[in-house]
Amino acid sequence: MSMQSDMSQSVIGADAVKRSGGRGKVVLSEGKKAERKLGLMLIAPAAIVMVAVTGWPIIYSVWLSLQRFDLRFPEKQAFVGLENYGTVLSNGYWWTAFGVTSLITVVSVVFELVLGMGLALIMHRTLVGRGLVRTVALIPYGIVTVVAAFSWRYAWTDGTGYLASLFGQDQALLTQRVPALAIIILAEVWKTVPFMALLLMAGLALVPEDLLKAAAMDGANGWQRFTKVMIPVMKPAILVALLFRTLDAFRIFDNIFILTSGAQNTSSVSMQTYNNLIKGLNLGIGATMAVLIFITVAIIAFVFVKLFGTAAPGSDQEGRR
Amino acid sequence: MAGLGGTETLGRKSRWAILDLVVVVYALVPVLWIMSLSFKTTKTLTDGNFIPREWTLDNYKAIFQTSEFVRALGNSIGIAIISTVIAVVLGTMAAYAVARLDFPGKKALVGVSLLVAMFPQVSLVSPLFEIERSVGLFNTWPGLILPYITFALPLSIYTLSAFFREIPWELEKAAKMDGATPAQAFRKVIAPLAAPGVFTTAILVFILCWNDFLFAISLTSTSASRTVPAALSFFTGASQFEDPTGSISAAAVVITVPIIVFVLLFQRRIVAGLTSGAVKG
Amino acid sequence: MAEIVLDKVTKRYPDGALAVSDVDIEIADGEFIILVGPSGCGKSTTLNMIAGLEDITSGELRIGGNRVNERAPKDRDIAMVFQSYALYPHMTVRENMAFPLRLAKVDNATVERKVNDAAEILDLTQHLDRRPANLSGGQRQRVAMGRAIVRSPKAFLMDEPLSNLDAKLRVQMRTSVSRLQKQLGTTMVYVTHDQVEAMTLGDRVVVMRGGVVQQIGAPQYLYDHPSNLFVAGFIGSPSMNFLPATLEDGTLRSSLAELPLTDRIRKLLESADAPREVIMGVRPEHFEDAALLDDASRARGATFTGQVDVLESMGSDKYAYFTLSGEQATSAELAELAADVGSADVPTSGIQLVTRISAASPARLGQSAEIWFDADKVQLFDPSSGRNLTFAGE
Ligand SMILES: Nc1ncnc2c1ncn2[C@@H]1O[C@H](COP(=O)(O)OP(=O)(O)OP(=O)(O)O)[C@@H](O)[C@H]1O
Ligand SMILES: [Mg+2]
Repeated sequence: MSMQSDMSQSVIGADAVKRSGGRGKVVLSEGKKAERKLGLMLIAPAAIVMVAVTGWPIIYSVWLSLQRFDLRFPEKQAFVGLENYGTVLSNGYWWTAFGVTSLITVVSVVFELVLGMGLALIMHRTLVGRGLVRTVALIPYGIVTVVAAFSWRYAWTDGTGYLASLFGQDQALLTQRVPALAIIILAEVWKTVPFMALLLMAGLALVPEDLLKAAAMDGANGWQRFTKVMIPVMKPAILVALLFRTLDAFRIFDNIFILTSGAQNTSSVSMQTYNNLIKGLNLGIGATMAVLIFITVAIIAFVFVKLFGTAAPGSDQEGRR
Repeated sequence: MAGLGGTETLGRKSRWAILDLVVVVYALVPVLWIMSLSFKTTKTLTDGNFIPREWTLDNYKAIFQTSEFVRALGNSIGIAIISTVIAVVLGTMAAYAVARLDFPGKKALVGVSLLVAMFPQVSLVSPLFEIERSVGLFNTWPGLILPYITFALPLSIYTLSAFFREIPWELEKAAKMDGATPAQAFRKVIAPLAAPGVFTTAILVFILCWNDFLFAISLTSTSASRTVPAALSFFTGASQFEDPTGSISAAAVVITVPIIVFVLLFQRRIVAGLTSGAVKG
Repeated sequence: MAEIVLDKVTKRYPDGALAVSDVDIEIADGEFIILVGPSGCGKSTTLNMIAGLEDITSGELRIGGNRVNERAPKDRDIAMVFQSYALYPHMTVRENMAFPLRLAKVDNATVERKVNDAAEILDLTQHLDRRPANLSGGQRQRVAMGRAIVRSPKAFLMDEPLSNLDAKLRVQMRTSVSRLQKQLGTTMVYVTHDQVEAMTLGDRVVVMRGGVVQQIGAPQYLYDHPSNLFVAGFIGSPSMNFLPATLEDGTLRSSLAELPLTDRIRKLLESADAPREVIMGVRPEHFEDAALLDDASRARGATFTGQVDVLESMGSDKYAYFTLSGEQATSAELAELAADVGSADVPTSGIQLVTRISAASPARLGQSAEIWFDADKVQLFDPSSGRNLTFAGE
């Protein structure tokens, strides 16, 4: 009798502890404890590397951006508050680069989306040589960007290139601003369409074949099946692809570096940062630009996530096991 | 009737064949062009012809005689392989935890890797440049390997956790019921099943590291650690006064070959790897 | 071998969902016990807690008298067979079955012997070196069982082990599971969704609903004496017919008939303190075609006349379906049962009635028939609590 009342009391006691202590204090069985420990041990190295190599530099970068810090005049280093931001934001070159970067981002992502969708459809539905198409389409994805950029550069170089003469002799297209930008976009699009197509193909694979058949039975033609059935079902995949490619395109560097070195105002923000930093050795200004780019990218990502909510990558993934 | 169906599918097939051809031309022309350049003689280099009029291996011979290229190639291979191995090992551990285990901090890890994946690399160049100079990592292999691992980790965690998720969850429960500790369940049941996914991830990570240019030109200053993409941009040709086009093309082809081999051999896996993470995010 | 005791076992998932609440079950050594209930009622959760795959939020689990709440699965000496079989695809059948023994560091000779014995029992000897991917569904199922029996555990846990097999194979495997358990004499906890498995396999059946145990007992006992509306409706296929009814002056009034209560039922109702409005339940086999009965039999029940909607001849007997006018019986339990079988969304008007009558009945489709039912087999339930007012159990 007394034992029983003891037991019920201890049960109540345990309950009370749980309710007041929340989840953390719940007594865990050995299995659960081992699982937690293992989980933390397994992620620790990756987490430490990622945080150490990005976290600390970001903070350091913010600090640098508040300093006057030019490696050519190290003795003049001083805290200057937001002066660097003022300098950069009132600088015409920065805004030109910003405009160029945005233009390249928007135009190339649009082209990539359209061509990528076409390529995805071909890879997904072709009746002949599916393996061949899929293999060949991966080559632009795999190739080193610098290599591809050189190929485009030589192709458009007067005299050397097979494409240069397309628009008449002695044009030197890469030294004129508009054609140069067009070629940069071409190089960027060529390289990334396959990646876009693969992401979209993953979405295509989610469209049930029966759904398309049903739509066909309901009288939808090919175009209607594409716009009314496939696109809506693929929407999450499209948004993921768009987000990744937009952020990636905004970082454009390699192609511009090789194709024009930023001449004729074709510099991107990444190029500007690099030039100030490595060529100009002005760490303060370089860091300021780095922080501004970081903020811009964060805003782009935020807008995507806000606009498209749950379709954002990772938003439904982490809770599942 | 049958005849009609036959011609119809034939028509459709030939239409697809034409589209296939367009894709093949699209993908291959720039690659063939740089190859063509690499085989041209100095004389014909600037003739603008797509196919070389005179073939030569001189460009290849020349670059392999310069220590500049040979060292860069060694750097590229060494740095990419080391980064790949480390990123995949760390990524495998973390991805297993993310896909399979329940523990506090999981969301934080996923969030951090998502942030890193979206991170503009150039924002890291300025601080890393300064930090690496002060701790003596500038212009060394580890100085490049560290950022490579960092940017490869999100990719490898995403891809691998997608692969891990496809392994039936019950297998691990079964292993526990059969008397395995969590570590044993991982080693004996999950790891062998995950091997193909790990391999695929390794290829993707290798391509990522192999491709890098920004870190390579920012965080190196000599051929001690400069990788091929960076070295290419400094190429001046075998002799100072020669046009470097031929050498650059040859070097470009050399670092393109391994990628083409990977793609040819492992097309299915690469596609699976790139699309696995994409479906659910 | 050991008995398993669940003492006020409760499971609350981290997201707050209460999956299992205050479950008390005492499973005797060597007993074959079945857990049934609608989808999501906590069967798998209960089994996983016994296995050690899920933590117990509160309460105690004892195996062989020892508290095992905190023990890892490997230290509980229990084997489990999963619905998906969970065979290791990279191992052969032999390696799959040997896996638990290898982990337990059993020596090679013993492993060899035990695996061969198990393969013998399960008729897998010629498949030992094949991979699971190359086996048929039934073979995979047997490998999963083999992996469970090789190390002679204290108990087997099975979570819907046959539900992935096709109907014919399922019948075959059902008997072999039963035979195997009798042969080994090992305690077995078996989760199923299948009425027939529940009725035929176990020594006792545990009916669960929303994480709460409704009733525990031998299959026939649950069938004859359900303690509430939920058990009455869940056990039996086709299930019991339910109609709203009114008790007045020793008479039961429903749209079926006006029925004087038998003495036995009247006594039960008095002690149960029955309300006026009740739900009346009649099993299909307690109906009969009135034309086949003599007057004496007729007097032990009441008759109604209706038009036969559907007539299914099963050979040995017939199922005749009727639609009676009037409101359907409503209660939380009935709604949940309907949701579980998926009939909740089927639009119906009136009361659906299933009767099982003799094959000799002259009833014809679309024509009216006079149907009798047994007054003493009627069960009455309290619509608000679901309690069986005619419960004659101890
Ligand atoms: N990991 C979990 N986290 C939160 N809730 C869960 C989890 N697993 C199960 N549940 C919930 O607990 C309840 C019981 O689930 P359980 O799997 O035990 O049901 P079940 O009786 O086995 O059902 P079924 O017949 O469909 O297998 C359900 O409501 C379910 O949604
Ligand atoms: Mg279940």
